[in-house]
Amino acid sequence: MNKKLTDKLRDMSDTNLLLTITLFVFVIMYLCAVIFLGEGFLKPQTFLNLFNNNASLIIISCGLSLVMITGGIDISVGGVMALVCMSCAVNLDLNGGNVFTSLLIALCIGLAFGIGQGLLIAYLDIQPFIVTLAGMFLARGLTTIVHTNPFNVENEQFVHLRETRITVPGLGTVNKHGKYIPAYIEIGVLVAVAVVIILFAVLRWTKTGRNFYAVGGNPQSALMLGINVKRTRFISYVICGLLAGIGGYVYFMHVGSGSPSHASGAEMNAIASSIIGGTMLSGGVGNIIGTLFGVLSLCTIKDIVSSIGLDDAWWTGITIALMLCIFLVIQSVIMVNKHSNKPSADSTDEKTAKKSAG
Amino acid sequence: MKNFLKKLVGMQFFIPIAALLLLALFNLIADPSFFRITLGQNSNGDPVLSGYLITILDYGSELAILAIGMTLVTAATGGQDISVGAGIAIAGSVILKMLCGSNTRPTELQMPIMLAFFIAVLVSIAFSCFNGVLVAYFNIQPMVATLILFTAGRSIAAWINNNELPIISSECSRSFSYFGNFIPGIPIPTPVFIVAITIVIIMLLLKFTTLKLYTQSVGINPKSSRLNGLNPELIKITAFAILGVCVAISGLIKVSRLSTINYSVIAKDIEMDAILAVALGGNALSGGKFSTWGSILGAYVIQFLTTTLYKLNVSSDALPAYKAVVIIILVVASSATVREKVGRFFKELSSGNASAPGAGKGGVKA
Repeated sequence: MNKKLTDKLRDMSDTNLLLTITLFVFVIMYLCAVIFLGEGFLKPQTFLNLFNNNASLIIISCGLSLVMITGGIDISVGGVMALVCMSCAVNLDLNGGNVFTSLLIALCIGLAFGIGQGLLIAYLDIQPFIVTLAGMFLARGLTTIVHTNPFNVENEQFVHLRETRITVPGLGTVNKHGKYIPAYIEIGVLVAVAVVIILFAVLRWTKTGRNFYAVGGNPQSALMLGINVKRTRFISYVICGLLAGIGGYVYFMHVGSGSPSHASGAEMNAIASSIIGGTMLSGGVGNIIGTLFGVLSLCTIKDIVSSIGLDDAWWTGITIALMLCIFLVIQSVIMVNKHSNKPSADSTDEKTAKKSAG
Repeated sequence: MKNFLKKLVGMQFFIPIAALLLLALFNLIADPSFFRITLGQNSNGDPVLSGYLITILDYGSELAILAIGMTLVTAATGGQDISVGAGIAIAGSVILKMLCGSNTRPTELQMPIMLAFFIAVLVSIAFSCFNGVLVAYFNIQPMVATLILFTAGRSIAAWINNNELPIISSECSRSFSYFGNFIPGIPIPTPVFIVAITIVIIMLLLKFTTLKLYTQSVGINPKSSRLNGLNPELIKITAFAILGVCVAISGLIKVSRLSTINYSVIAKDIEMDAILAVALGGNALSGGKFSTWGSILGAYVIQFLTTTLYKLNVSSDALPAYKAVVIIILVVASSATVREKVGRFFKELSSGNASAPGAGKGGVKA
């Protein structure tokens, strides 16, 4: 088994190849941050804060990856998150609800958007971009109709939940005064990790999961294989909507307030994360673990930019765009090379072959 | 009669025109004064036309211009450019930078407005071609490729002017505000003329060159276009370049309206409206055949809707919700599946009860 590296690369499936690139870049980037920017990035808490601050982004990116693997797109997730935050905040503080009712509301909003958009896209064959664009407008508009002004939630039960910290044993650091400070994660991180693991398992090992890839790779052949293409598409949007609801609640737990401007641009961040994570918008290629690292890479860049001390708001945009650009070009060059070296291999054939082999 | 209606519904312009008529009818019933156009005077004593219809024509201009370019990009690449809003911010920023120089409150313009505009066009084309190269040569999907500029564009716009907000006051130059408002003595808003000129140029271009044919063939099948001796890459980049020009024109109108710029707010979400205009115009978002007139109509339908909602005292924050409902109704009504099903339903109805008059008519109409 002493193959050359290039041969190995060529034999990988698209999904694994892109995942490898993502992992590689993330590790290099974090190492660079540690080497050039010093100790801040060495602390375990800095690493855990990547999760603490972006648990909601991880969750919605997973949903988006699923939809993108199936060959669609969902740009309503940011709006749904804002709507969830506002509705839960109003429920908790103004309508005397408790944590459970608010959680129920969050899940219902997510499901409702997922089912509605899924029906329109899968069964009425309307372009996903237009439907979810309408979804985004609807969610953003409803947010201001529910309540106009931003406010902080003061419900005791919720504040207690929000401030719950789970300490991670063995990762604490000793500060200047010799006091031991334990490293912690928020509850949202557990939810995010659970979502990543469940989705990864579903996509990897279940029949439904493989159907998503088949439908995204080539709907026509999927149909001929006896897969219910419409239902598979529908399910992907329902899951994405549900995850947007969950992500919205996790975001709500992180910020603890409702505001119409919450999660603005979250959908684009999620799409960017998925792409950096190796999901292709054309469908059929992608990996949830890659998406996780896509989010982490995106957020590491943000951290690096702010710790260098550049004017945050403007430079973040430019650096993320640069990174996205580099990633896209690398991906495209590699894919083109790979496919031109193997002219006979049609991508779907290859994937099916890999599936049966692996 | 039946065949005529069938033909009518089959037309590409059916949806935008039907939507326009419905909106007009709604306004006519709700408040006939919607259609009143009055000749008044503005603060400078010049005659100006005012009224809701004029507002629609005036403020729909940027969208209509963008929709033209977006149609070409959609047709050639089968994807959409989501960076046009950011592009407008960049173009506007370049124009102001060129006119003001290093001073943010200039007392006189540094160069002729047309020269500044020309530079903005060049910059805009350069950015658009960057998108085009990513799409054409690297085979990245347009939405993803333009996501790059979407993320960075407003930052670049702010960076061009060092994050300052230059203002061109009326003492400095009165003619700068003509592009977004009124030219003294002419009661019709200038953007309407700019749209008209743009449309005429584009239409001449499409009519007398092979651009339309080539764009459609590349959009339908790039591989077979190549086999027929076309250069798909070049045509895709041309489409993006034309969109770049459209973006620069919209940018000029936008900054001229305000005489200044706000990087994070200017032309916000206009990309979504532009894509919607293309879709409403009956163009397939997956590329291929296209109709620029459809998109232009679509743009004015959107503006008509926005103005109607404003008139009903809907707050600007809640506006998207109502817009969304209308969009959903429109796309559902225009979806092939629904049309077919409704058509079949009425056909069955009329075949079951052949004497029922007007059943076929109702079926096609729905």
